[in-house]
Amino acid sequence: MKERRTNWPLTIFLLIVSAPILIMYLWLFIDSISEINVDSIWPKEFTLRNWRFLTSDIPGHGSVWTATLNTTIFATSVVTIVVVLSSTAGYALSRLKFPFRAQFLGFVLLLHSFPSVTLIISIFLMLRMIGLYDTLIGVILVKAALELPFGIWIMKGFYDTVPWEIEMAGLQDGASRFQVWYKLVLPQIMPGVAALSIFSFMAGWSEFVLPLILAPSSDARLLSVYLAGLLIDDYLSDFGLFKAVGLFYVIPVMIFYLFTQDKLMNIYGGGTKG
Amino acid sequence: MEIRLDKFSKSFGPVKVIEDMNLTIGDGEMIALLGPSGCGKTTTLYAVCGIHQVTGGRIWFGDKDVTSLPPQKKNVGVVFQSFALYPHLSVFENIAFPLQIRKEASADVERMVKEIAGTLHMEELLDRRPGQLSGGQQQRVALARALVRKPDVLLMDEPLANLDAGLRLEMRSEIRKIQKETGCTSILVTHDQVEAMSMCDRIALMNQGKIQQIGSPDEMYHQPQNRFVASFIGNPPLSFAEGTAQDGHFVAPGLHFKLPERISVSAGQAVTVGVRPEYLQPDFATPIEGEITFVESQGREILYDLTLAGGQVFRSIQSGEQICKLGDQIRWGIDADAAFFFDEKGDRM
Repeated sequence: MKERRTNWPLTIFLLIVSAPILIMYLWLFIDSISEINVDSIWPKEFTLRNWRFLTSDIPGHGSVWTATLNTTIFATSVVTIVVVLSSTAGYALSRLKFPFRAQFLGFVLLLHSFPSVTLIISIFLMLRMIGLYDTLIGVILVKAALELPFGIWIMKGFYDTVPWEIEMAGLQDGASRFQVWYKLVLPQIMPGVAALSIFSFMAGWSEFVLPLILAPSSDARLLSVYLAGLLIDDYLSDFGLFKAVGLFYVIPVMIFYLFTQDKLMNIYGGGTKG
Repeated sequence: MEIRLDKFSKSFGPVKVIEDMNLTIGDGEMIALLGPSGCGKTTTLYAVCGIHQVTGGRIWFGDKDVTSLPPQKKNVGVVFQSFALYPHLSVFENIAFPLQIRKEASADVERMVKEIAGTLHMEELLDRRPGQLSGGQQQRVALARALVRKPDVLLMDEPLANLDAGLRLEMRSEIRKIQKETGCTSILVTHDQVEAMSMCDRIALMNQGKIQQIGSPDEMYHQPQNRFVASFIGNPPLSFAEGTAQDGHFVAPGLHFKLPERISVSAGQAVTVGVRPEYLQPDFATPIEGEITFVESQGREILYDLTLAGGQVFRSIQSGEQICKLGDQIRWGIDADAAFFFDEKGDRM
């Protein structure tokens, strides 16, 4: 393998292009640990006062830790549901023959093209009817359902790249259809599973509209809703606090992304020729 | 174990791929299913191993009817064209897979994998992954995985098609040797007549879903039953000329010679003559005249195309020095006794 050399001109170009974003994050960080006059861009003094929400509840907004826990549960549940259902449904759509398969694929795609906001009123009414309104479970189910079409298509695409002959060889070697899927096919689309997990985790972590409308009470509140609540609170015009919570909200995603970004780009080298 | 296909048929929806095919493969024999692409040879193979369901007829392994058994219930080893190795498993795990799925004790698995790896001279590869192997090594792994379970039947679907030329030659004799050693009844699917001729005891030549002829490589070459067999077997292929029979003579534009005694024809009957390139030589008895329109030296041998006045092209293969050049008018001869004659249906007379 060739040693990777740094391409300096390219690196500098990319640095310049991404500078606005980097500067924004840096600004966000500095703002969150400083006191600032409204008419100035230079910090007046450094303080940890903006991070007080970590240790004490903000009046009228509840604990940030409840919201964090809720968001974690929300995102991981969405990942679990989406990955389990997409990886099985994708296999069926890629490999099995059943009536209305093509129509099913078409419908799934159609669902994906719906902006979820247009469905929000009917979803709201449905959740009210089955008693899941203002619960974490309700909003998890809704988010997972809305993420599924995308997941199913991604997984189907990955399954389509696995050669049929591998499955035939598996059957020939004595494995059942389920063993073939579980032991031979699934391991080969792990990059797809990883990518889908990461995508749906991010989607879950950053979801705002659904929980805002479907789970507004403080018990079921997510971080995004918590953050928005701080911004629209007329009695609490504390932008420092808002920025600190915002940073708090974005840090887990950044760390998560740092560790998983190679998985997103990883392309598996296969043992099948031709 | 003897394999017997009894009136085997296979169709996909309305498309009949194979109709009423009968074929018996003796115990320990290696047979080639040879034919152009789309002739149904791979379909036949998949039916034998159980991946395709049979539409009609029966398949027997020995005296056991295996027609409707799923692949898991048949002890069949298959080498696929793409090798179909499991890329996420090591070579050892690949070979061990069929044993492990049968829940063999791990000590036995280890012993059997080592044993087959020894037979195929690949002990040092066991820790690697398929992606790190060359084409020939992948081929060996695929063969080992098929053989490790001691199958009743070994099926190979174009096993050499993905290898480069030199390796193909080497693996040809290697596979043949291993097949002899294990004594495993084998079917080789191929479109390459040289492969079929050099590796197999017998050849079943197929075209359009039907077996055209079954026989030893020698029989296929020297006793073709019809025009298709004669033209498919042999490289370079033989040359044809269409004509009619008149008073015991073959007559065509620019060609006129006496038919051999063994050929019985009615006057005016359409006859096609087929001549293998080695039976057209400068000093052969039945004269044939024309212009040299193509010369190709292959080193040891030289190919000539002789175009007759009637436009028919006859190919000749000769060893030694080049004796004439492009555009020469020459008079050579064919061996009419060794030529094949076909009637209007294409059957050999």
